[in-house]
Amino acid sequence: MTKAKRKRLIYNLITFGLVVAAFFILQNMIAAKTISRSLKGQLVPICAWIVMAVSLNLVIGFSGELSLGHAGFMSVGAYTGAIVSGWLLEAFNMEDPVIRLALAILCAGIIAGIVGALIGIPVLRLRGDYLAIVTLAFGEIIRNLVNVLYVGVLDGKLHFSFLNKDLPEGVTMLVDGAKGAVKIKPISTFTAGFILVMITLVVVLNLVNSRTGRAIQATRDNRIAAESMGVSVTKYKMTAFVTAAVLAGMAGALYGLNSSTVVPTQFTFNQSINVLVFVVLGGLGNVLGSVISATFLTVLPEVLREFADYRMLVYAVVLILVMIFTNNPTTRAIANRLFAPVKALFRRKKPAQPEIGGGDAQ
Amino acid sequence: MTDMKKKHRSDTRMVPVPSHSIVPERDVNEIPVLETRHLGIEFGGLKAVDDFNLTIGKTEIAGLIGPNGAGKTTVFNLLTKVYEPTSGAVLINGQDLHGMSIVQASRLGIARTFQNIRLFDKMTVEENVRIGLHNQIKYDMFTGILRLPYYWKQEKRQHEQAMDLLGIFGMQDLADEVAGSLPYGAQRRLEIVRALATDPKLLLLDEPAAGMNPHETEELMENIAKIRDQFRIAILLIEHDMSLVMGVCEGICVLNFGRVIAKGTADEIQANPDVIEAYLGKKKEG
Repeated sequence: MTKAKRKRLIYNLITFGLVVAAFFILQNMIAAKTISRSLKGQLVPICAWIVMAVSLNLVIGFSGELSLGHAGFMSVGAYTGAIVSGWLLEAFNMEDPVIRLALAILCAGIIAGIVGALIGIPVLRLRGDYLAIVTLAFGEIIRNLVNVLYVGVLDGKLHFSFLNKDLPEGVTMLVDGAKGAVKIKPISTFTAGFILVMITLVVVLNLVNSRTGRAIQATRDNRIAAESMGVSVTKYKMTAFVTAAVLAGMAGALYGLNSSTVVPTQFTFNQSINVLVFVVLGGLGNVLGSVISATFLTVLPEVLREFADYRMLVYAVVLILVMIFTNNPTTRAIANRLFAPVKALFRRKKPAQPEIGGGDAQ
Repeated sequence: MTDMKKKHRSDTRMVPVPSHSIVPERDVNEIPVLETRHLGIEFGGLKAVDDFNLTIGKTEIAGLIGPNGAGKTTVFNLLTKVYEPTSGAVLINGQDLHGMSIVQASRLGIARTFQNIRLFDKMTVEENVRIGLHNQIKYDMFTGILRLPYYWKQEKRQHEQAMDLLGIFGMQDLADEVAGSLPYGAQRRLEIVRALATDPKLLLLDEPAAGMNPHETEELMENIAKIRDQFRIAILLIEHDMSLVMGVCEGICVLNFGRVIAKGTADEIQANPDVIEAYLGKKKEG
C-alpha cells in the first residue's frame, strides 16, 4: 500500500470510528439516563447539521465554489419531509414511523436534488463571487416561495395552493403559508440521524476518492487544465452541487420531522452562513473537521446559556480563538510537536528521501 | 444541380489551400495529424494571429519559434479551443474543430502543457496523472460510491498505468507527493506525463525547457525523442532554447507579429534572412 493510500485509510477510519464511538457512548448515556435533557434534545439537530456541513464541504472544499444558499435546500427537504410524512399518515394510515421517516427522507433528497439541478444549471455558469451572490439569492427565493405555499390533504389526495389559501373545505393542513409546516408528528430518532450521518460520510468520502471525486477536485485546482485533460468542468461542478443538495434535503427532512412545526424563518441566510462557518472552521476539504466543528458549534450556544446576554459575544470570541489556533502556523507547529509521539506510533520506518529525477538545481 | 447557372461559378474566387507545407517523408502517405488553414484571431481589431498555415505529419516533431509576443501561445490556444478562431480552420486528423469545446478537442487527441505551469496543485502526482487518464479508464459515480468490484479493477488499472507513465521520467518515487510542492523542473515533467496520459495524437509543449539548466535541457531533448518513438505521436513545441529546437525538431515554423515568416528544416531556418532579421533586427544600410 502506498503512503498516500495508508494516510487516507487512517483518516477515514478515524472519521468513521469517531462517529460510531460517539453514537454508542451517547446511546449508553441515554439508556443510563446520565445525559442532560438539553443535550438529548440536541442530538438529532447535531446529526442534521453534521450532514449539512459535510455536504457543503463537498461544494466549497472539493469543487471550490462558494455556495451561500445551502439552507435553502435544507428547507426544501424539511417541507418535503413534513408533507410526505403527513400525507402517508393521512392517506395510507401508515403508522410505522420508521418506514414513514425513511420514505420522507428519501423523497426529500430527491426533491432537493431536482431543485439543486434546476438552480445549478444557471448558477454554475458563473464563477467565484458572482456564483456566491446568486446562490445567496436562490436561498432567499426558496425561503420566500415556501412562505406562500399551502398544502392540504383531503381523502388521501394532496392539494397544493400558491400565494393564497385556496384549498377545498375540510382539508387537513400540512403546510400553512407563513405558519410553516404544522402538526408534524415528530418521528426523527437519534438512530436515524446516526444512519444518515454514516450514509453521508460513505457517500462523500468514497466519492472524493474516486474518478468522479478527482475530477471534481481537478476543476477546483485548475479549470483550464482540467478541461484540457478532457474533464467536463460543468458536469463535475454540477455533480458536486446536486449531491450536496440531495444530502442537505435529507438533513432537512430529518431536522423538520424532529419537531412539531417547521417555519420558513428557520432557514434564513443566517443558517447558510452558520453552515459555512462549520465548514471553514473544520477546514476546507476536511470531512472529519466538518463533523467535529458542526457538533461543537451546535452544542456550544446551549452550553453558553449561563452567560445569558453575553452568549453570542462569547460564541464569537471562541470562534475567533479556534480559528487562530487551527490556522496559525505557529500554533499548528506546536500542536504537531505535541502529537508527534502519537503519530510516530502509527508510522512505519520512514523510507529514504526519494531522489528527484534529473537533479533539479532550482 | 441542373439549374446551376454559370453566374454562380463566375462569382467564386479561387484561393490557394496551403499545400506548400512540409512533413517528414515517412508520414507523407498518412493523414496529417494537424492541419491549419488560414487560421487567424483578432482581439478588438488587433490581429494576434493571421493566416497561420501549418501541417504536421503523423510522427513529426515540430517547433514553433519566434520573438516574444509573436503569438505562439495564442496559436496553442487556438489549436486547443481555448480561443475560437475568427477566421480559418483547424483540422485534427482531418476532422474540423469548428464549434468544439476544449473538452471535445481533447477527446479528439490533442493534449498540451502550459507555459505557466497549471498542475492540480493540491492533488498528488499520481492523482494528476489519473486525471489525464480520466477518459481512458472509466467507471461511473455510483460504482465509485458503492465500491463495486469494477471500481477496484479500474482503480488498479489506473494506478498501474499512471506508474508506467511516471516511469518515462523516472518519477515513480514522487507519486505520493503533492504536485504543488515539487521542484520546478519536476512540475514541468509532470505536466508532460499528465498530457501523455490522455492518449493524445498530437502533444503541444509550451516552453518545456523554461527554467531548466543545460544538463536538464539535454535530458529533456532525449526524452522528447523517446516519447515520440514510444507513443508514435506528433509533437509541436514552443521553445526559446535554440539548442533544443535545432537539436530535436524536424520541421520548424517561425512566427513574427502573428504571421508565419519562415518554414522549413533547422538548416533552412538558420540560413533564412527573414528569421535573422526578426531575431536580431535589420542590418544597417551601407
